[in-house]
Amino acid sequence: MTEEIIIAGFGGQGVLSMGKILAYAGIMQDKEVSWLPSYGPEMRGGTSNVTVILSDERICSPYLNQFDTAIILNQQSMDKFEAAVKPGGLLIYDPNGISHHPTRKDINIYQVAATDKASELGIAKLFNMIVLGGFLKVKPLVTPEMLHKGLEKSLPERHHHLIPKNEEAVEIGKGLLKPYHTI
Amino acid sequence: MAKQLVLMKGNQAIAEAAIRCGCDGYFGYPITPQSEVLEHLMAERPYLTTGMVVLQAESELASINMVYAGAAAGKRVMTSSSSPGFSLMQEGLSYIAGAELPALCVNVVRGGPGLGTIQPSQSDYFQTTKGGGHGDYRLITLAPASVQEMYDFVELGFDLAFKYRNPVAILSDGVIGQVMEKVMVDDYKPRWTNEYIEQNCPWAATGHRSTGKHRIVTSLELEALKQEAINDRIQAKYRKCEEEDARYEAIQCDDAEYIFVAYGSAARICMKSVELARAEGIKVGLIRPITLWPFPTKAVAEIGGRMKKILSVEMNAGQMIEDVKLAVGCKIPVEHYGRYGGVIPTPVEILDALKKMIK
Repeated sequence: MTEEIIIAGFGGQGVLSMGKILAYAGIMQDKEVSWLPSYGPEMRGGTSNVTVILSDERICSPYLNQFDTAIILNQQSMDKFEAAVKPGGLLIYDPNGISHHPTRKDINIYQVAATDKASELGIAKLFNMIVLGGFLKVKPLVTPEMLHKGLEKSLPERHHHLIPKNEEAVEIGKGLLKPYHTI
Repeated sequence: MAKQLVLMKGNQAIAEAAIRCGCDGYFGYPITPQSEVLEHLMAERPYLTTGMVVLQAESELASINMVYAGAAAGKRVMTSSSSPGFSLMQEGLSYIAGAELPALCVNVVRGGPGLGTIQPSQSDYFQTTKGGGHGDYRLITLAPASVQEMYDFVELGFDLAFKYRNPVAILSDGVIGQVMEKVMVDDYKPRWTNEYIEQNCPWAATGHRSTGKHRIVTSLELEALKQEAINDRIQAKYRKCEEEDARYEAIQCDDAEYIFVAYGSAARICMKSVELARAEGIKVGLIRPITLWPFPTKAVAEIGGRMKKILSVEMNAGQMIEDVKLAVGCKIPVEHYGRYGGVIPTPVEILDALKKMIK
């Protein structure tokens, strides 16, 4: 099993930390992992993205241009990464702020309306975990137990009391997932 | 605490390895994309535990000269920087090589020339392997291709530096510096005691506690014949290093008709290209030089000599290709594929370059 994922959105949406939590959960599940952020001018007030790879084998390139899954959180990232999903692959996006919806017919596309839900519930900071829940619903790459361990590893101890809230947000995301186009 | 599995960035792995392998001192100045080295050291505060000194110097020139001084005292000392900062250190490196001192320097390369860009590149291959400073010296150069190797090569770097009393470079780049991967970290090793240095480093200026004899560390010798003898000694070390310490990894070369030669992050990307090419029935392998100096000439000659063609893949305009061509004695066609200025080639585009070469 090798899953090559791009997570892309605005800086501040928790793109990098979502990837980090996924990577830690992968480690807990004895997988090989790679987490490569975009760094530099792209991040400052602009778009931010991270390539996460989980695999049962030695990971070749941490840098990729084709992905099994794209998790897309703004229009710029949609423009950039819709075409980068492998045929038969998966695209998950938050429709908030998206004016040009994806048009690919050869991939599975799902929506997670995480921005709306997060503001409705007053949990804006857990937005990224809602999105992660949507992804894990389609591809349960890591078990809830391993995700819990991953959260413990990636969050500093002073934030550990927030782990249950993070897990709730993941569950909310799972319930929120809506197919947009499936093959 | 025994061995431990952690997830960290390549830059953090450099810092963590330094603390755990008993490094005595780090002197550096921040620059993207390697600032996490200094950041991690400052966060871990090893001066409170192992006693390792961590100092943000006022410049790269200051950093390398602090390293020079620490090395002269027989200490395991290091610095890190990125391309423009590393250029500033060249005079110091030449002096350290001339004075025959061990030191470790890390270059997390970014695109040049000049101030260039902060994105990853491999455009400092010439500078590092052919001598960026003046004089007949070499930097023993290690090229990590994973976060684990970033970790492992710190201790290896110190070992080689002390074996040859010569500076060692870890030549990395923004990809390997910034990527997070699993790393197995070792238990903490104690730093060398002054007594140990006194006994094992007879050249070190330790304050002549035991012998009472002056130990003078210098790279200056005004008498030409004496300077020639020093050079003879240095060159003899380099021949020994070429013989004993050239390292490489060969991936799927046994049945290959073509090979990529690539190091560091370019090698990782080529591993993916190998996978893609083999899925299409193209028999391609990869030689990954792990030491760039000494270059694994024998391995490239032997494996490369069996191939129809060789593609040297580098994130630069074609630098290592010269060593590849020399290795195969120009008997096998060698072509270059590269992107530069901070652009990273994709696995697919390298595959396309391979197909174009084969045609």
